Amino acid sequence: MSFVDIRNVRKSFGDTEVLKGVTINVEKGEIVTIIGRSGSGKSTLLRCINGLEAINDGEIRINGELVHDKATDLRHLREKVGIVFQQFNLFPHMTVERNITLAPTLTKRVQKGEAARKLALDVLSRVGLEQKIDAYPEQLSGGQQQRVAIARCLAMGPELMLFDEVTSALDPELVGEVLKVMEDLARQGMTMILVTHEMNFARNVASKIVFMHAGKVHEQGAPAELFANPATSELKNFISSTK
Amino acid sequence: MRGFTFSDFLTMLWAVQWTATLVLIALALGGPLGLAMAMMRSSRNVVLNVIALVILQIVQGVPLLGMLMFFYFGMPVFLGIQVPALVSVSVAFTIFTAAFLGEIWRGGIQAVHVNQSEAAACLGLTRWQGFRHVIAPQAFKIALPSTVNFLVQLIKNTSLASIVGLVELARAGQLASAATFAPLTAYACVAAIYFAICFPLTQWSRSLEKKLHVVR
Repeated sequence: MSFVDIRNVRKSFGDTEVLKGVTINVEKGEIVTIIGRSGSGKSTLLRCINGLEAINDGEIRINGELVHDKATDLRHLREKVGIVFQQFNLFPHMTVERNITLAPTLTKRVQKGEAARKLALDVLSRVGLEQKIDAYPEQLSGGQQQRVAIARCLAMGPELMLFDEVTSALDPELVGEVLKVMEDLARQGMTMILVTHEMNFARNVASKIVFMHAGKVHEQGAPAELFANPATSELKNFISSTK
Repeated sequence: MRGFTFSDFLTMLWAVQWTATLVLIALALGGPLGLAMAMMRSSRNVVLNVIALVILQIVQGVPLLGMLMFFYFGMPVFLGIQVPALVSVSVAFTIFTAAFLGEIWRGGIQAVHVNQSEAAACLGLTRWQGFRHVIAPQAFKIALPSTVNFLVQLIKNTSLASIVGLVELARAGQLASAATFAPLTAYACVAAIYFAICFPLTQWSRSLEKKLHVVR
């Protein structure tokens, strides 16, 4: 079984079916990029993977564990599955250090004080922001805030990271620094599933591209192949529209 | 007949202790209940939500004066128990405070973007941990100016307790007025004392609003 096993997932909001039977497998260490037009269900799928959204049918397993099951301890699962959002969602009333160490100290993985600060410095060094440890989110640029959000996620020691259009809210000149951090993570072997509009990143970093259209996986495959020879007209149109 | 003297003024100042007592009781009992109301109103549990809403609707729809009358004059009639003035007044003010503070705080809680509780949940925090560390501190900031504003209203509203005979500031003014036949002076003093208490609070509320606006 794959590390992440998404099988026939259906999800509706009211009468609107957003996911119409999605099946995707992700192996450990893979970087899977989900692309597609807005409204194709990409972000919803990502939110289903860590249990933020319930599903109507099908199943999602992470490391064999069913996400949408009453017996599953979602909190425990979420310590292994980190998510980074488009809007960063940092806690504005806490310093960068507290943003990062709040969850690890509350879940008792790390002692407050020196050990927590060391953890914060450690993950901040991975996103190149050690010097901002005592800053408040509002004192940082959008790109820096997003890097802190990634660091906060890393502090949980996740085995899988989800990225939901993490560069979409950023000024164009700030996109690069965030993508670079993500490339570094990819190189270190982190398993990642990301929804993005950054086609160059998808092309160069992803191990697999999933093209979603109208709530279904329309095409998937290695980036070089998929971008060179799109099999369907929808993907062809999508690729040319993003150039 | 005697004129209005400084000692009449001192008697009024002395009565402020009862005004203060009422306010403190209302806050000490109504505050925690208000927090409970706020949490019930923002909870996903439909039953809790409806209970809180019904309480709120009743309290919002009935004048405070009516509640005071009910607990003081009504209780002996309906339940056959005579309650001391201070108790009945305290009960009425506690319910009043719980309902209105609850509603103010619910507004604060719901003004914190849902993304924040999602982020907390995604980091493996329990709902309580998320509320305690992420939502509540932000909601507190948002609701603080309205809370102080309510406090000012509460202080002035304690004057209603005078109708059941509790000698707080307003009642002391009445008594002084009746004894001296100088209503203008007496009530001017009452007004001045209320103003002296409330003015700093409204100023504080305003400065908080400015400060918090900058932070946000």
